[in-house]
Formats: sequence, structure tokens, C-alpha cells
Amino acid sequence: MNGYYAKRILSALITLLIITTLTFVMMRSIPGGPFTRERPVPDEILKTLNEKYNLDAPMYEQYFDYIKGLVTFDLGPSYSKIGTTVNDLIISGFPASARIGLYATILIVIFGIPLGIISALKQNKPIDYLVMFMATLGVTVPSFVMATLIIYFFAGKLGILPSFGVTSPLGYVGPVLALSGYSLSFVARLTRSSMLEVLRQDYIRTARANGLSEFKVIYKHAIKNALIPVVTYLGPMIAAILTGSFVIEKIFAVPGMGRYFVESVGNRDYTTITGITVFYAAFYILMVLLVDIAYGFIDPRIKLGKEK
Amino acid sequence: MSKILEVKNLSTSFYTHMGEVQAVRGNSFSMEKGDILGIVGESGSGKSVTALSIMGLIDHPGKIKDGEIIFNGEVISTKNNEEMCKIRGKEISMIFQDPMTSLNPVFTIKNLMVEVIRRHQKVSKKKALEIAIDKLRMVGIPEPEKRIHAYPHEFSGGMRQRAMIATALSCNPKLLIADEPTTALDVTIQAQILEIMKKLASEIDTSIMIITHDLGVIAETCKHMIVMYGGMIMEKGTVDEIFHSPQHPYTRGLMNSVPRMDAAAKERLIPIPGSPPDLLNPPKGCPFSYRCPHAMEICKEEMAPTYKISDGHTSACWLIHLDAPDVEGYIKGCDIDAG
Repeated sequence: MNGYYAKRILSALITLLIITTLTFVMMRSIPGGPFTRERPVPDEILKTLNEKYNLDAPMYEQYFDYIKGLVTFDLGPSYSKIGTTVNDLIISGFPASARIGLYATILIVIFGIPLGIISALKQNKPIDYLVMFMATLGVTVPSFVMATLIIYFFAGKLGILPSFGVTSPLGYVGPVLALSGYSLSFVARLTRSSMLEVLRQDYIRTARANGLSEFKVIYKHAIKNALIPVVTYLGPMIAAILTGSFVIEKIFAVPGMGRYFVESVGNRDYTTITGITVFYAAFYILMVLLVDIAYGFIDPRIKLGKEK
Repeated sequence: MSKILEVKNLSTSFYTHMGEVQAVRGNSFSMEKGDILGIVGESGSGKSVTALSIMGLIDHPGKIKDGEIIFNGEVISTKNNEEMCKIRGKEISMIFQDPMTSLNPVFTIKNLMVEVIRRHQKVSKKKALEIAIDKLRMVGIPEPEKRIHAYPHEFSGGMRQRAMIATALSCNPKLLIADEPTTALDVTIQAQILEIMKKLASEIDTSIMIITHDLGVIAETCKHMIVMYGGMIMEKGTVDEIFHSPQHPYTRGLMNSVPRMDAAAKERLIPIPGSPPDLLNPPKGCPFSYRCPHAMEICKEEMAPTYKISDGHTSACWLIHLDAPDVEGYIKGCDIDAG
């Protein structure tokens, strides 16, 4: 078992190294640099800046410097936000993104899964059609449209929600709803189809033939099997949602990480891009590992790293 | 002996978007206490649907259209699902064809068995575990106190079917319905499983209904048998009598298509030509008439009455009628079965 985790951690580190290298090289091969401006910066200043950030050194030297920093969790200074480090940006941005993401995740789990189950149990009945209609809308309507509609109706027309900022609890409602819309719908659809599949299985018929109550058949025997694909989806989804959505954060003026990430691409802010990418990748790998561990608990046929 | 099960005029249909599929059409039979009854027939003959009708497990869009099922003197075909839940697993148990998929993969054998035992018997968890281990020992699982903590995937097919039987018999049911219990198993395991079922049934006084397409299973295990075709009972009686003197062309066809140890080397198996009838539009006459070597005009027009060949041996074939042409082996001129 320990050998298994060692293997997983080693492969995670290699993945991170590859991601870092690719991001590092690709960003630097795009024309322009962190200090390129519309009105050309005087050569003197440019030279001083490049010297300050060691950008005039050969690329391999910069790369090894960066990796050296990375090992000590130092993601380097931000080139566009003078005086702040990338660590600062993540520390200041991640909590806001993560809080919205966490609320959205809770919403997705406590509504998406039950809605999917109800839909499956009432297959081809009005409630199923209603839930699936809403879920199809949720999957197809882009989050920025949803965000705009939420602001238009709840902030504009009804005036019950603030149109921006997360300074009050009500401020979270808009971004959380807009952020969870897609995944909630997706989880509901996934749960429904998985549940329908499981309910057709022989072991469900066995459970009924053994005289178990319908409640036990569904909420004990069917659900544990039906949730396996849902857990697969939830892991990476949580990673994506917790690290922030640029669009949602922009529309609702949330001081999150997604905003820095997108801005840094336009600014050729090498360190920020690479730093946030590495952070996101690490988080993603961690979530996938957690999903794999969760599998072991849900499905006994999966034994992590057990030697045959 | 008293009757454990009486099925009267049972019809079960499935209402699909293409129309009504008449899977079981007006069948009547009964089972004595302690009997081992075999139902034989090819795929789609209505054997499994008959069993599921008795269990009250016909899923939407299926429905018991007509008839009555009396179990142990009590009409059960009119009971709702909740009432049937108290009978299923306790009074009537069922095991299924494929032990690989019939056990829930995410629970241990212990979890599955204790749940069923405690559902039907007011016993402590500890006592339920003891019962479960005891039953596993009875079906021949070695080291049951250890193996009970295993998950189904850690068992082989034969072991799983044993665990299924142990679960089904955990509440000492009065009737065990086994739907093709050995079809998915190795031949060597098949014999063992049948032996275990027979032994246990006599030990805990359980009657057994075995559904199969394998005449060998019937010959080896059962006392009585029913031959089904196209949703109808063609012939029924004691195994001895039917094997000795089959009185229906379909039964004969089935027997001719089974290899025999004592057959001459050059003798060939005789398959039954054609395929089973479409139950969406069942023929108005005998369902077998389109494949029957002796089919007459009347066979396609009208289903034959059930003739009583001897006590407990009946056949639904016009060849038994007094005016039918002579065919070797058929006993002509029997009375029509009243009951």
C-alpha cells in the first residue's frame, strides 16, 4: 500500500515537472514579453528590468532557477504586479475562489445527486421530464449567460441580491449559482443514467427477491453502485471549480484566482502563468488521487496497489 | 400430501410500445409439499415469467393479466408489493441464473446475508451471523467464518451460487425457485449445486421449482416436470412417466435433440426445425403446430384440450384425440383433464 502511494507521488511529481516545463517554454516562445508596451519602453529601462528579473540570462538558466524556486515553494515575483510574488497572488486569490467553489460543490452534491435519483425513479414521468429539461438547460447555457441573467433578474429587477462583490453572504448567491449550474446539471444527468443502469442489474432483482424493502433496495443496494461514475466526475470537477472561474469572478467582481490567471496571459506575466498552472495541476492531481482512494471505499473490487 | 403451490389459469403479459407480448397464456399447475418440480422449455417459452409472476416480481410494463396464485393455502397474486416483501426471501426464495451478476458487488457476503436474515427474523446481529455461517457451511463453503467476510468477486462462480443458495435458504423458506441455477456453471459444479439443493431441501423441508432448458438437470433432480412452449404448458407429469412415454411432439423433439450415451455411433441428433412463435401475435392454435412433424389442420385452428394420460400426467395435443391419425407411441382416446 505504501509502495503504491510512493509510486503515485512520484508520478505526480513527474507530471508536474512536465507541465511546468511545457508552460515555461511555451509562454516564452510567444512573441512579446512581460515589459512589452504599446509605447516602446526605453532600452535603458528594459535592460534594467530584464537584469532585475534575470530575464537576459539564457533560457535554460532561467528554467533551472525557476525549478529551484519551485522546489522550495517559491513561485517567484509577479512581473505585472510589481512588489507582489506569485505566492501572494495565490494566497490572496485562492481563498475567495475556493470559498465560492466549495459552496458550489456542496450545492452540486446535495441537489445534483438527489435530483438524478428522483429522475431515475420516476423515469418518463412529468417530474423526470422537468428535471431533465432543466438539466439540459443547465448544461447548454454558458455560465456567463447564466450569470448575466441572475444579475438582471435578482439584482436588477427584484433587487434582492447585490450585483457584485462577495462582502455580504447574499453576495455569494449569484456567483455560486452561476458557477454550479453546469456541473449540477451534469451530475443530475450522470446520476440518473447511472441509477437507471444499476436498477436493471441482476443483483437488484436478487435484493427484491430476498424481500428487502424498496427503500433498502434503492438507498442501500442501488445507490452505492450508482455513485461510482459520479465520484469519478466529482474529483476533477472540484479541482476545476475550487480554483476559480475567470468569467464568473469577472462578472461578479470576486477577488479570486481565475482573474489573475487570465490577466497574466495577456501581460506575459511568465511567473504568474506558470505558478498558477502548477498550482492548479497539483490540486487536480491531488483530487484525482482522492477519487482513487474514495473508489477503494465504494467499490471493493478496486484495491489500490494490492499485489496479486 | 397438501399443496404448497397452486397456479390457476395464469396469464402474464408485457405491454410494450409494439403491443401486448403474451409471455404466459392461461397456465395451471400445482406443486405438492416436498416436491421437486422442473419446468423445461426453450428461451421465451415463459418459464422465467411464470417464476417471476409467482414471486410478484414482474416489472413494468409487465402485468399478471389473469389467474390466481395460491401459496400454502393463501392467494398471493392479489397482494401488493409491500405484502409480498414479507413473503419473498422468507416463505418463497429465488435464485438466479448468473451468480456472477446476481450478488451485489459492493457488499460482503456477510452484509448481504445478515441483512436478509434480520429482515425476516427477529434476531440479534450476532445470532444472524451465526445463522449465516451455518448456512454457508451447509452449502459446502469451506471455512465459512472466514469466507463470510469476503466480497462476491473474491468467490468463484460455483461458490457464489452456493452463497446465493445459502442466502435464499437462510430463512428456511417453504418454496425455493431456482431459475436456471446451473446454466452459467461448469458441468462438474452443476452436479454439486444440484446435489446441495436436493440435500438442503429435504433437510429444511423446502419444496423446489427448478427452471431449466436442460433435460439432464430435470432427469437428475426432479420428481415432476412441466414442459412449456410458447407461453403454454404442453405436457406435465412425473419425470419417470414423461421420460418413459412422452405424449407430446414437442417433448419428443426436446428429447431427440439431447445427446444420449447409449445411442449408436451413427445416430444423429434431431433438431427441432424452425423457431419459437412470436408472442406478440401468438398463433390461435397450438403454438408448436408450425414446427410439429405431425401437425394437422385443427392444430393451427384451435389449441388442443389437456388430455389426462394417467394420474397426474397430462398432454395438450390433438394426437391424443380419438379421431387423430395413428402415430406410434401416443396413447389415444384419453379423457380431457377436468381439473
